[in-house]
Amino acid sequence: MAQAIAFYVLAAFILGFAVLVVSTKDTVHSVLFLVLDFLFVAALYVLLGAPFLAAIQILVYAGGIVVLYLFVVMLVNLKRAPEAHQDPHRRTKLGFGLSAAVLLELCAIAVFSNAQPAPAAAATNALAAMPVSGNTEQVGWLLYTSYLIPFEIASMLLLVAMIGAIVLAKREL
Amino acid sequence: MFDTNELVLNMGPQHPSTHGVLRVVLRLDGETVVDADVVIGYLHRGIEKLSENRNWTQIILLTDRMDYVAAATSNVGYCETVEKLLSVEVPRRARYVRTILCELQRIASHCLWVGTHAMDIGAMTVFLYAFRERELILDLFEEFCGARLTYNSMRIGGLPLDIPPGWDKKVLEFCAIMDSKIDEYETLLTHNRIWLERTRGIGVISGPEAVALGMCGPALRGSGVPRDVRKDEPYAAYDEMDFEVPIGTTGDTYDRYLVRMEEFRQSIRIVRQATEGIPEGPIVGKVPRLIKPAAGETYHAIESPKGELGYFIVSDGKSTNPYRFRVRPPSFCNLQALPRLVRGHLVADVVALIGSIDIVLGEVDR
Amino acid sequence: MIDQVVIPLLKIVIVLNATLVGVTYMVLLERKVIAWAQSRLGPMRVGPYGILQPVADAVKLMIKEDITPVRADKWVFTVAPIISMVPALIVYAVIPFGPVVRMFGRDVSLYITDVNVGLLYIVSVASIGVYGLILAGYASNSKYPLLASLRASAQLISYEVAVTLTLVSVILVAGSLSMVSIVNAQYNSGWWFAFVQPLAFVIFFIGGLAETNRAPFDLPEAEQELTGGFHTEYSGMRFALFFLAEYANMIVVSSVATTLFFGGWLPPFPNTAAFHFLYYIPAWAWFLTKSFVFLYIFIWVRATLPRYRYDQLMRLGWKVLIPLAIANLIVTGIVKVVLM
Repeated sequence: MAQAIAFYVLAAFILGFAVLVVSTKDTVHSVLFLVLDFLFVAALYVLLGAPFLAAIQILVYAGGIVVLYLFVVMLVNLKRAPEAHQDPHRRTKLGFGLSAAVLLELCAIAVFSNAQPAPAAAATNALAAMPVSGNTEQVGWLLYTSYLIPFEIASMLLLVAMIGAIVLAKREL
Repeated sequence: MFDTNELVLNMGPQHPSTHGVLRVVLRLDGETVVDADVVIGYLHRGIEKLSENRNWTQIILLTDRMDYVAAATSNVGYCETVEKLLSVEVPRRARYVRTILCELQRIASHCLWVGTHAMDIGAMTVFLYAFRERELILDLFEEFCGARLTYNSMRIGGLPLDIPPGWDKKVLEFCAIMDSKIDEYETLLTHNRIWLERTRGIGVISGPEAVALGMCGPALRGSGVPRDVRKDEPYAAYDEMDFEVPIGTTGDTYDRYLVRMEEFRQSIRIVRQATEGIPEGPIVGKVPRLIKPAAGETYHAIESPKGELGYFIVSDGKSTNPYRFRVRPPSFCNLQALPRLVRGHLVADVVALIGSIDIVLGEVDR
Repeated sequence: MIDQVVIPLLKIVIVLNATLVGVTYMVLLERKVIAWAQSRLGPMRVGPYGILQPVADAVKLMIKEDITPVRADKWVFTVAPIISMVPALIVYAVIPFGPVVRMFGRDVSLYITDVNVGLLYIVSVASIGVYGLILAGYASNSKYPLLASLRASAQLISYEVAVTLTLVSVILVAGSLSMVSIVNAQYNSGWWFAFVQPLAFVIFFIGGLAETNRAPFDLPEAEQELTGGFHTEYSGMRFALFFLAEYANMIVVSSVATTLFFGGWLPPFPNTAAFHFLYYIPAWAWFLTKSFVFLYIFIWVRATLPRYRYDQLMRLGWKVLIPLAIANLIVTGIVKVVLM
């Protein structure tokens, strides 16, 4: 009961802030609402019993990635009015088109997962099969055994991105 | 890949670390200084013009206020120039006391330099330690002539008063204390890793280039040029003193720092020798009551703590005031080198470099 | 009911009050220690030996005029000091001041809570503090504070990497993320972790100096630089909040260093029978003393060392501390596997 209340309150906040992210005129405010959103998502993770994930969400996402968003947004002055174009409602039309496409996709996913639900027993079995307990340890176990290759590929991707950023930003190599 | 504009940044005239009312207009590319434009004149008080309306003895007061950090050396320089014009002989005792006062002044000025330079770079404790020693010197001066900053402590032909009894003992006591204090400053700075990173390789200027820019004093000696007026053209009692002149090698900020630290020790050496060997005799030479030099002009330079301080005076023979009084201030000439020194360095180094060339705005602007 | 709600609330109230008073008195401590290092006396007039100086400072800052720059972003301007201060305070939820003791007939733990990802919680909350800096510079609507705040925050996130890597080494040795477990691990092994992981401790301390923008890494807020840094446009109570946040961060770093490397509430040689007499001194006294020693070292370092230039500071963080931290981690991992 208390869990349900907590979940709905958090969900309301998350959705509310998400709407604010898209609707605020000031870009910096938009980024700040995004940070708040992430903090509430971290709270949601705690509710789901994944404290490790919550802490990592705050540390990496809210405390690292969005900081960089903020740097960019602050240094690039986005307060200019958009240029005039033949079709003044071009942006609104594009917005609606994209939202419709995403909505269609979500509906398709919902229908598909209802048609073929994932076996609920498998998840709990997998959890019980691990020799460690506690969220951090279990995430670690899975990451380094079942999901080792995706983990390594993700690391390589980050390395490539880092090198690419340095190459792009450096003036003389 | 991306073009960045040059940013024009104004440092001063009100700024905590420009050592006075100095304005430096920096052109920056990112954080690197492309060029610097030094704007002076905020402390101009018209000393040279004022002195045309004062008689020769009254001008000594004005010379105090040029380099207010090292007033005694400015006094000595002026008095010796007038003595040269008048061909007055200064008694030996007066020359010895002048030497002691000049060297004590050099120590006091370098104390202030090390304190403010270190504080600009962030080591704030050295500032208070250096001022603690400077207080001791100012106490000695107060006992001698009654003033702590603007001494008016020389007269044409000698000194206004003889040294008080027991003063020479106090001077020797001070020398004993000062040696260990210099070790204290060196412990905090000389081999400190952060100090080395902030000062080595900053503001490198070669000897010939420094000479071409007109630099003088420890800033020039840091670049390896062995020019010291006390050795090259001895005045006061320096020809009877045994001391060395420290010379740097690379011409960076660290070398200028080391030169001045060694000058501390050499000054103490001179003070000891002079105090122990003060001869008896009159304290002021034979000077006419009304000083009216014959028509003529002369230039005389001394080694102030900042560099070569020169006075050029023209007397027209008819009045008791000089016709023209011109000062060659060492800080002004050293400041000319600032744009060249600062080019290519970062903004944080500008502050270190202003401290390294050791300027006093009173002297630069007069 | 009492155990679940009242006692934690009481603990929170006590800890918050103690922290806030401690932070205000840090101001006095710093002024006194730096003064004594510089052969002066520091504040002496307000109260005996200057003890009431923080009260005078607080009153002065509270009655100052509240100035907001003309075109500044009002909300962000107001919220920035709060964002700076709050993370420093909520970290105290997981810091253990002592073990479970018997008080008034109940077993009371001398920490507010023991989350099993305690260390991760501390690191993630500390990374939120960066926003205060960035937003302060931004909200001032002026070129120089913005650039200064971006530099300060770049410094912060760079050193966060080095510090987090050293914390991972400690986690490897202790085998757990929970703060209380780490202290217990030090008890079990009989050695404070500073002796087991000396390099990690050194890197952590240097990183802590940089994280809290303290000398020798305080270029972004040095008065000798072009502006007053990111807090140029702030005055009165908001300015006070920034400074209190800095001191609160210092206390946090000291407390974390004490817990992770110096045994938290344990006396020296915690598991040796010969030194058991040291347990007569209460555990929280040990904790507070050790934290105080670290705070003193913070201030001592500020009084002594000159400051690094910004590019030298970044070079130190990225090219020296991070490789050392990674090397330490690798060696720790290898040793742990070999010893298992």
